[in-house]
Amino acid sequence: MTSIALKPSAHVRYVLRLADTCLIHAQRLAEWCGHGPVLEEDIALTNLSLDLLGQARALLSHAAQLDGQGFDEDQLAFLRDEPAYLNLTLVEQPMRRSSAHAPGGDFADTIVRNLLVATWLRLHWQQLLGSRDAGLAAIAGKALKEARYHVEHAADWTVRLGDGTDESARRMTAALARAWPYVGEMFADDALDDAAQAEGLGPRRSALREAWRREIDAVLGAAQLAAPPDSPYLSTGSRGVHSEHMGFILAEMQHLQRAYPGGRW
Amino acid sequence: MRLSADASAAGPAGRAAPQAPAEPAAGAAAAPAGQERPLAAAWSVLEGVLDPEVPALSVCDLGIVREIRPGAGGAGLEVVLTPTYSGCPATELIADNVRRALEAAGFAPVRVRLQLAPAWTTDWISAAGREKLRRYGIAPPGACADTQPIHLVVRGVACPRCDSARTERLSAFGSTACKALYRCLDCREPFEYFKPI
Repeated sequence: MTSIALKPSAHVRYVLRLADTCLIHAQRLAEWCGHGPVLEEDIALTNLSLDLLGQARALLSHAAQLDGQGFDEDQLAFLRDEPAYLNLTLVEQPMRRSSAHAPGGDFADTIVRNLLVATWLRLHWQQLLGSRDAGLAAIAGKALKEARYHVEHAADWTVRLGDGTDESARRMTAALARAWPYVGEMFADDALDDAAQAEGLGPRRSALREAWRREIDAVLGAAQLAAPPDSPYLSTGSRGVHSEHMGFILAEMQHLQRAYPGGRW
Repeated sequence: MRLSADASAAGPAGRAAPQAPAEPAAGAAAAPAGQERPLAAAWSVLEGVLDPEVPALSVCDLGIVREIRPGAGGAGLEVVLTPTYSGCPATELIADNVRRALEAAGFAPVRVRLQLAPAWTTDWISAAGREKLRRYGIAPPGACADTQPIHLVVRGVACPRCDSARTERLSAFGSTACKALYRCLDCREPFEYFKPI
C-alpha cells in the first residue's frame, strides 16, 4: 500500500516526536513477550509496552486530527515511511540479542533504557500538563500516572542489579556505556523545540536536562553505579534520520498493513 | 478543568467524583423509546454492565462513567466514559457493552464518547466497589501516593482472604494493567492488588 504523508507542521511534528518514541519503545519492549527472564518480568515488560502503546495511540490520533487529512492512528503507525518517524534513536536500538553480532541484548540494556526513557517521558508529561494544546495536556495527564510505575520498575531493577553481584554490576555498567552516547539527542534542541516553547505547546528538550540528570544520578548513586562521561555524538532519530535498526523494526511492524491493505480483525 | 483529547467531545469535562443514580428508577424502563426518559434509569442500566476484566465491578463502581446526558436534539443518550489505562485493551469492549445495554433498554440511539481529562484515578472506585473487589479476592486500591524514585513497594496491603497485613509484593504488574501481584505470608495465598493510580 502506498505510504501516507502528513502536511508539514511544527505542532504535528512536536507531537510525533513523543508519539513515535512511545510507539517504537513499546515495539521493542514487546519483543520480550514470551522471553522474559522470569514470568513476572515477562508480564511486567509487556505491561509497560501496553501502556506505551496506549500513549502512542492517543498521541497518534491527536496528531492525525491536527493534520486534518482524515488519517487515523493506525495509518500513522503503519503507513508512514522511515524518515517520517521522529522517535529518539535510543529506543530503536536492539533490546534482545538477535544475533551474535548484535550489540546489547542484555536484560541490563532493557533496564537501563527503561530508566533513561521513562524518566525523560515522565518529565515531559509533567511539563505538558500545562500545554496550550488541551488534547496534549489530557493525554499527558493520563500518561503521567502510568509513567510513575515505569520509573519505579526501572529504578528498582537498576538498584537490584547495580548493587547486586559483581557480574550484574559489570553488565549494568556495560549497558550504561552502550546507551549513553544516545543521551545527547534527548536534550538537543532544534527549531521545533524553540517553536513549541514559544507557543506554549510544551517544553524544549534542553529544559528537562537538569531535572533528568538529578533523578538519574540519584538512582545510579543508590545502585552504586555512575553515569558515563557525556559523548559529543548526537544521534538524529527525532529529526527523521535513523540508525540501521529502524528499517527492520518498521518492516516487522508494518508488514501486515502493507501486504494486506486495510486488513482488520 | 480541561477539555477532552477527543476533539469531538467539546462538552463539559467530567465531575470530580463518579455520579451514582440520584434516585431509584422504578417504572422508568416502561417509558416508550425515543422519548426523553429519566437519566437515573440509564444509570441503573449501567449498574448492570460489568467490567470484562474485573467482572465483580460494574462500570459505575469503577467510576469510569463520567456523565450521561440526553443525546443531540433530545433523542437517545450520550454517555461520557473515561478509560482507566491508556493501553487498556478492554476500553472498546466496555464502550460497546455500554451502548448495547442502553439500546436494549430502549434508549437508542446511544452515543459513547471517550474523555481523557480529568484522568481516571482509582480514588473514583466507589466504596461499594471496593468491598466487591475484596470479596472477589482482589485487594482494593489504597489512596494515590506521591511519587518516589525507588523502593515503592506498597506495604500493608491487607490480604483479601484472611485480612492479614503480612503480605509481600511479587510483581508490580499482574494479569491486567491495573493490578499488581501479591502474596499473603500468613494464609500463603497469592492475590492481586488493584494498583492506585
